[in-house]
Amino acid sequence: MARVESEVGTRSGAFMKWIDDRFPFTETMKYHITEYYASKNFNWWYIFGVLAMVVLVIQILTGIFLTMNYKPSATEAFASVEYIMRDVQWGWLIRYMHSTGASFFFIVVYLHMFRAMLYGSYQKPRELIWIIGMLIFFALFAEAFAGYLLPWGQMSYWGAQVIISLAGAIPFVGDALVEWIRGDYAISDITLNRFFAFHVILIPLALAGLVFLHIVALHHVGSNNPDGVDIKKKKGPDGVPLDGVAFHPYHTTKDLVGIAVFLMLFTGVVFFAPDMGGFFLEHANFEPANMMATPEHIAPVWYFTPFYAILRAVPDKLWGAILMAGSVLLPAFLPWLDRSRVKSIRYRGWIYKMALMLFAISFVTLGWLGLQPAEGIYVMMARVFSVIYFAFFLLMPYYTTIDKTKPVPDRVVYHG
Amino acid sequence: MTDDVDRNRRHFLTVATAVTGGAGLIAATIPFVASMKPSARAQALGAPVEVPVGMLEPGEMIRVMWRGKLVYVVRRTEEMLSRLASVTEHLRDPDSEVVEQQPEFAVNEYRSLKPEYLVLEGSCTHLGCAPLPEFQVGPADDWQGGFFCPCHGSRFDLAGRVYKSVPAPTNLRVPPYRFLREDLIMIGAESGAA
Repeated sequence: MARVESEVGTRSGAFMKWIDDRFPFTETMKYHITEYYASKNFNWWYIFGVLAMVVLVIQILTGIFLTMNYKPSATEAFASVEYIMRDVQWGWLIRYMHSTGASFFFIVVYLHMFRAMLYGSYQKPRELIWIIGMLIFFALFAEAFAGYLLPWGQMSYWGAQVIISLAGAIPFVGDALVEWIRGDYAISDITLNRFFAFHVILIPLALAGLVFLHIVALHHVGSNNPDGVDIKKKKGPDGVPLDGVAFHPYHTTKDLVGIAVFLMLFTGVVFFAPDMGGFFLEHANFEPANMMATPEHIAPVWYFTPFYAILRAVPDKLWGAILMAGSVLLPAFLPWLDRSRVKSIRYRGWIYKMALMLFAISFVTLGWLGLQPAEGIYVMMARVFSVIYFAFFLLMPYYTTIDKTKPVPDRVVYHG
Repeated sequence: MTDDVDRNRRHFLTVATAVTGGAGLIAATIPFVASMKPSARAQALGAPVEVPVGMLEPGEMIRVMWRGKLVYVVRRTEEMLSRLASVTEHLRDPDSEVVEQQPEFAVNEYRSLKPEYLVLEGSCTHLGCAPLPEFQVGPADDWQGGFFCPCHGSRFDLAGRVYKSVPAPTNLRVPPYRFLREDLIMIGAESGAA
């Protein structure tokens, strides 16, 4: 906005000029906030990026306060979490915010990713935004996995045992690699201590850096929109896209409403259902880690279960690990697998619509199957839906080529 | 000015600096990577352990820890041993041909030093869960007794040999061990005193 410059000469204007001569403050604010133009027809799918940032802030803030009382040692960890829950003033709230935040992070990020698939947000020229986003997703997986070991409960211990053992499936170096990750011949105090370091230093730093890059890349090419049209092609005499409105104050004000609704849901879970019936905090984890006995029924937290179901669907250790890794990595190739000429689902043909629907159904069903015991009908179902999951990605170059698309309008339109 | 630049010399110096600096950086990562391997203390805690087995009833199993790993010691009955031969056709590696899974002394039909005592690492070769002992002849699937992993459904017989078409790729591992006395096993060493 021109407001700041017009104030040069006033006392605050002079101060800003002093700053701007030494640091690109006004310029940066304009570029990223007050003169960053995003499409005016954003729908509610476009709230999840902002919400992911809100959850990241919640996780970092609550995490800092948790580290003030948590002890990363095998003999003290479980008791220190109980101490936070019972004796630290408001400790229960801070911990429940952190544990609920972990699940909400994945809810928000999965919906954010699905939005990109609905409207082709990963397509040219936004491939790098998508790749950086996938790196954020992988970092989030690592962060959640490392964090889950810290309470040192039964599920912490045996879940980590299973996932770290996955690295042992790699031929030749597998066993040495597993020992290097654990720093011991089994998961022990040493493993817990280093996972604490990963969880509170290494991965959060990487996450912060990646989120910064994600936004820099986004603001360089501009946001996509539900029509998938390039709003920069139609500009007014002032050089502002006709279909764009400034991020601040327009999108920020709208986002505040979304954040308020989100916080209602979030606090609702924190106060009334922090364990979400065993989905957000697994019941077996209320028992301290016992190296002598695996829990009868072992399942990861819900956000890992779609990939876990794929792992279990394969009756072979190495191939199970390969297919699970493949299922996590494949989405990163979406910009090159999708050969469609249009971005948005609004102008795609029935084939892509059906494929995306089948993908969503298989993802959710695999998530449910990952929570069931690995036997009988469940294994068969996991195999069927794993095939659908992979087919969605691997057949995409073919079916997006033959799919009949509709003409894309020049400017964004409103539906209903 | 640019005409005075010896481009070959500049190129050589650039590459030499990058290579030397790169080698230094790689060398500097060695202590950091190595610091994550088992420490001297962790290695010391991995010393052999003695397990008295005299109090084991026939058909009974105990769990002990060695190097932070779970180890099962089973005293098998004659009847349990007789069941081993009946399942070999359903096994992936009935003759213990995968060499890493047992010391040489355990490459035999019982996978043990003495047929009576079975010593196994209680860690599923799939993803490391602790298999459950299910020694009774079961009603389902012609189960002849053995170990069942609750995590991903892998099955092993009464010598820790893996069944076909389960996720676990190999037999349960037999740790190195030896008998110090008739009723005392030392786990973690094939020879020498504790």
